[in-house]
Amino acid sequence: MTTAPPARPIPSPPGGVLLEVRDIAKRFGSREVLKHISLKIASGEFLTLLGESGSGKTTLLRLIAGFEQPTSGEIWMDGARLDSLPPYKRRVNTVFQNYALFPHLSVADNVAYGLRVTGSPSSEVPARVDAALRMVKMQEYSAARPSRLSGGQQQRIALARALVNRPELLLLDEPLSALDANLRKQMQGELKSLQRELGITFLFVTHDQEEAMALSDRIALLKDGALEQVASPREIYARPATSYTAQFIGQTNLLRAEVRDGIATSGNLRWSSNAPNGPTLFSLRPESIQLAAEAAAAPNAVRFQASIRQQVFTGSVEQLEVDCAGQLFRARIPARGVLTGEHEFAFDPVEAVPLSE
Amino acid sequence: MYSRLYKTVVSIPPLLWVGLFLLLPYALMFAHSFWLVRDGVIVQQWNFQNYAKLLQNPVYAKVFFRTARIAASVTLLSLLLGYPLAYFMSFHAGIRKDLLYQLVIVPLWVSYLVRGYAWKTILGSDGVLNGFLQYLHITKEPLSFFLYSSFAVILTLTHIYTPFVFLPLYASLEHIPRNLIEASHDLGASPRATFFRVILPLSIPGLLAGATFAFVLTLGDFLGPMLVGGPSSIMIANIVQSLFGTAYDWPLGATIAVGILLLTIALLFLTERLEKRWAFR
Repeated sequence: MTTAPPARPIPSPPGGVLLEVRDIAKRFGSREVLKHISLKIASGEFLTLLGESGSGKTTLLRLIAGFEQPTSGEIWMDGARLDSLPPYKRRVNTVFQNYALFPHLSVADNVAYGLRVTGSPSSEVPARVDAALRMVKMQEYSAARPSRLSGGQQQRIALARALVNRPELLLLDEPLSALDANLRKQMQGELKSLQRELGITFLFVTHDQEEAMALSDRIALLKDGALEQVASPREIYARPATSYTAQFIGQTNLLRAEVRDGIATSGNLRWSSNAPNGPTLFSLRPESIQLAAEAAAAPNAVRFQASIRQQVFTGSVEQLEVDCAGQLFRARIPARGVLTGEHEFAFDPVEAVPLSE
Repeated sequence: MYSRLYKTVVSIPPLLWVGLFLLLPYALMFAHSFWLVRDGVIVQQWNFQNYAKLLQNPVYAKVFFRTARIAASVTLLSLLLGYPLAYFMSFHAGIRKDLLYQLVIVPLWVSYLVRGYAWKTILGSDGVLNGFLQYLHITKEPLSFFLYSSFAVILTLTHIYTPFVFLPLYASLEHIPRNLIEASHDLGASPRATFFRVILPLSIPGLLAGATFAFVLTLGDFLGPMLVGGPSSIMIANIVQSLFGTAYDWPLGATIAVGILLLTIALLFLTERLEKRWAFR
């Protein structure tokens, strides 16, 4: 379990670096929750830590907030050590999963909390609280107690309470997971536009890959305490590095192939590939497989005959499960009526992405 | 769901219990306070003489205020001991929590009398404390003012009632969601500011409950002053006890008891209102 991490370059963002996580490891007793993670976050970036429960994403967030101490490694922000500071001295604010609003304080006092404890001039406080509440469209609730508010409203207050302090980095720990689907979609949009407007760096934790895709500039996918891949949503979808990534982000077909001299062979299928010789796993997205008759004719497209096993109509697209001499594929094609029997399918070989494991 | 008969049958024993052993004695006590004693016999003649006696004789007021003062001291000291202990155990004891909790509870299993006598052997003129002071040559003769004084009463009662203060305090501290503490630190509050702005306000219900326990229990205590108190530390319940015993003036004793009862009910009512005011969610 504790094999040395593969030598991958530290994923580096395009803009100036705000936060740098250097070789961070965290153990709870004998359990290794984070295994030597290195990551850079750019100023103004919306970065999402994506992973299943137990992947270590929340632990990484808590290390950056200062609620936990790393077992080894360093965290730097703005060119200074962050991990040696107590949480109350870090210019980092957190939106907690279940909001953690102070039940004994009004909405306005909750939002004012950070300003008051850090000794902001008391003449400034009401105006800044007011502005923060207006930003999340909650100004008419300033006198209410948190317990009187709905989940979505508490969420907004939690956001205002964190943002009023003008942090350089905002940490969000699954902030939308307690909301119902519709409200979650709406809050996603608001979060994204708020982040663009304020230009504050967001580090967002979620287990919901769609949410991560919708919001992020970059996604850092975690698996068992290690970074699986860090890339933009488009890149991570189009060029998954591992089979885990390919399956976690969207749906995919995994093709076990043998590569020899630029030709990959998997069952009846052969396509050109520049992957090195040997057994290789490929990812082929369902939408990359189309009916040959309708596919834009790529000169080197791979064609194959397959029978329709299952067809699910979902409105604009048909989800197919097709059988090519015992090999099963999922395909997603534009809606075109009921299909039966054998059909010819095709895919562009560049869409078959070789995976590292 | 349940038949009428079933509901009636199961509610009879508790109602009978409350009626026979609580309401009836209170009614008798209340009635006695309006009767009087003539030639060593209780006469059921309705009057207000007992109440007049209480108000006219300054001794009763004096003893009452002394009792209140002792009760307030015991409450304050138990809070000063109990709050840091509960705070430490709730926030910093880690895995030793359960063991420490048991250690706090254990004295409650030991008889009141044993704990009272323990203080007698500590504070007495040939007791542990005097022995220690003489051994260190701080004093030459045993000091007699430790025992049989208000000091000894307050010390003993504080020892006995601190667990009662500790328990509700500890419970209310345990109920504070830990992410509120994290949120406070996250927003820039030091541990000290977090204590005064988050932990203390959220522990007020436990604080009030604990203070009420200590105050009310001390108010009605008579064993403490009997064991370690002296003439200058007689408390109101000692007077009640002697009126019901050797003095054989049940009506006057009942009158004082009614007074203590009313005061206690008023206190409980008041603290319950305050606790509600400070209870959130």
